[in-house]
Amino acid sequence: MYQYNDFDTAFIAERNRQFRAQVERRIDGSLTEDEFKPLRLMNGLYLQLHAYMLRVAIPYGSLDPAKLRQLAYLAERWDKGYGHFTTRTNIQYNWPQLRDIPDMLDALAEVDMHAIQTSGNTIRNVTSDHFAGAAADELEDPRPVAELIRQWSTDHPEFQFLPRKFKIAVIASDSDRAVMKSHDIGVKIVERDGTRGYEIWIGGGMGRTPMVAKLLKDFVPRADLLTYLESILATYNRLGRRDNKYKARIKITVHENGLDEIRDLVEAEFPRRRAAFSGVDQAWLDRINAAFVTPTLPERDAHAYYAARDADPVFRAWADTNIVPHKHADHGIVTISLKAHGATPGDASADQMRVVADLAERYGHNDIRASHAQNLLLPHVALADIPAVHAALREAGLATGNIGLASDIIACPGMDYCALATARSIPVAQGIATRLEELKIEHDVGHLQIKISGCINACGHHHVGHIGILGLDRAGVENYQITLGGDASESTAIGTRTGPGFAYDEIVPAIERLIFAYLDLREGPEETFLETYNRLGLAPFKSALYDHEARAHAAE
Amino acid sequence: MPRDFTPKVVTANALIEGDVVYLTVDDRWTRHLSEAEVLTDEADADYRLLQAQARAGEIVGAYLADVRPSPNGPEPTHFREDFRRTGPSNLFHGKQAGGLNHA
Repeated sequence: MYQYNDFDTAFIAERNRQFRAQVERRIDGSLTEDEFKPLRLMNGLYLQLHAYMLRVAIPYGSLDPAKLRQLAYLAERWDKGYGHFTTRTNIQYNWPQLRDIPDMLDALAEVDMHAIQTSGNTIRNVTSDHFAGAAADELEDPRPVAELIRQWSTDHPEFQFLPRKFKIAVIASDSDRAVMKSHDIGVKIVERDGTRGYEIWIGGGMGRTPMVAKLLKDFVPRADLLTYLESILATYNRLGRRDNKYKARIKITVHENGLDEIRDLVEAEFPRRRAAFSGVDQAWLDRINAAFVTPTLPERDAHAYYAARDADPVFRAWADTNIVPHKHADHGIVTISLKAHGATPGDASADQMRVVADLAERYGHNDIRASHAQNLLLPHVALADIPAVHAALREAGLATGNIGLASDIIACPGMDYCALATARSIPVAQGIATRLEELKIEHDVGHLQIKISGCINACGHHHVGHIGILGLDRAGVENYQITLGGDASESTAIGTRTGPGFAYDEIVPAIERLIFAYLDLREGPEETFLETYNRLGLAPFKSALYDHEARAHAAE
Repeated sequence: MPRDFTPKVVTANALIEGDVVYLTVDDRWTRHLSEAEVLTDEADADYRLLQAQARAGEIVGAYLADVRPSPNGPEPTHFREDFRRTGPSNLFHGKQAGGLNHA
């Protein structure tokens, strides 16, 4: 875990001091809302439907017990006792009051955290693989590079007023667990002829015009990364469409100018910037690398884990979905589901956060992750300790065994909180998960990702859901469009719309029909929903959704 | 023939708490839509909105929201305003959970 140095600490303290004074001036009337709004957004403070919302950055989703306990403290002291983990691995507080925000930011600074650049047309929180440092298939831990990019992009004077927000992800394995190709820039750490460097992907994104990122450059040498990123950002900063918010993301810049033209411009920009670059970042990267050493994991006898699997079917079912092999064979990566059936996806109470912090301290080498799928992880747990971890999670209501299953739903806050939303998404997720639990079918259904957004901005990643749901306002009524065949993995794909949308009270039954159609259509339990869809295409699923006979069948 | 004017209320968020508030006939900010002043004349509504917007030390983002008169006072015509009046549907937080203090 990266620890702030004196510069970082002083920088955050100064920003917090400035913002405290800005809040005071807003409250005493010296600043109008028009003057204050850009200042509060620079510090992650939104005004939502019912209240202010503070979005706190969790860089590349990495937390330690002290940080998570402090997030719990904020939830209890200044909010309603819970926080909401987001699809950019941030945490949002839904109910803070304006005059408390400066104290909240000071409390965050105590544990090296802040809310800077969680809003605005800047480079946002850099995301990464939530298995980083633990995955068997990674070339190296991608987080030091993510941290380097975070330091470079934080308060970067040239990129504080980009045409639009800008999102970067870093991965280091062929499996893409960070939806890298849905980012403005995706960085993949690769090796060529024994030398490490970077593949640079550009122009991915969701929103109203979803696009899969394209390969801009197949190998950027280690020392050139920041200069190359800077050349891309500078090119975008110049060409990006400031005249039209809906055409302002880099995906449109790439689409309108062509990938080759963008590449030529970046390559033309690069030498000048490279010449002006001292290369000091490589010294920083060495220091950062030293802070991200995977803990020394002692050899542990895993007998207790296998004994628990044999003895306890509940434990076994949970372990089957929530435990992934660690690069050390006697350890596992534990995913803690924040998707209890019927609960709000991504919400965790202060007590639950403290339980996770305690478990990380006791069994998890002080390492905790937030994933873009709105779950928490303990990336390094000895298999022998996992039964004890499971027992503690059970007591805290955190032992839902559904990772990768149909109830492990990504859902944006939607119209229950968000000022931009056009429909609700949380109750749809709750309804689907509750129904799946009643039917007891999700383990039989297997891997199925359902993703729900409450507006076209697609915070709920619906475009890359195997089943995507988009909530819209149709003539003053909530209406839900379904897309199928989206894929958030390395074979990234945008889903295809099935047809007309469904009313609020029709959407859960519609999803149920899709799931039963899949069970009828699949060649066997080993064929996933997405594989069945890719084999058969839209037609049979469309029939299940819209055909009256299919409806009658599903109702039996 | 001018189009019928849909009745309006002036609504905003309270500056400090962020709560949804409505302008009353006696120039208070209330948390309760039922107490809001219903504006049935367009010019009058625009004027009241301007007056509300001038109170920048109390509220944020004032605008006119459509309502439908009922025996219990104005009712929202759109589900967004219904959520603003009530609070989120996933948790019993916000307006529905109480909070009778006035801005």
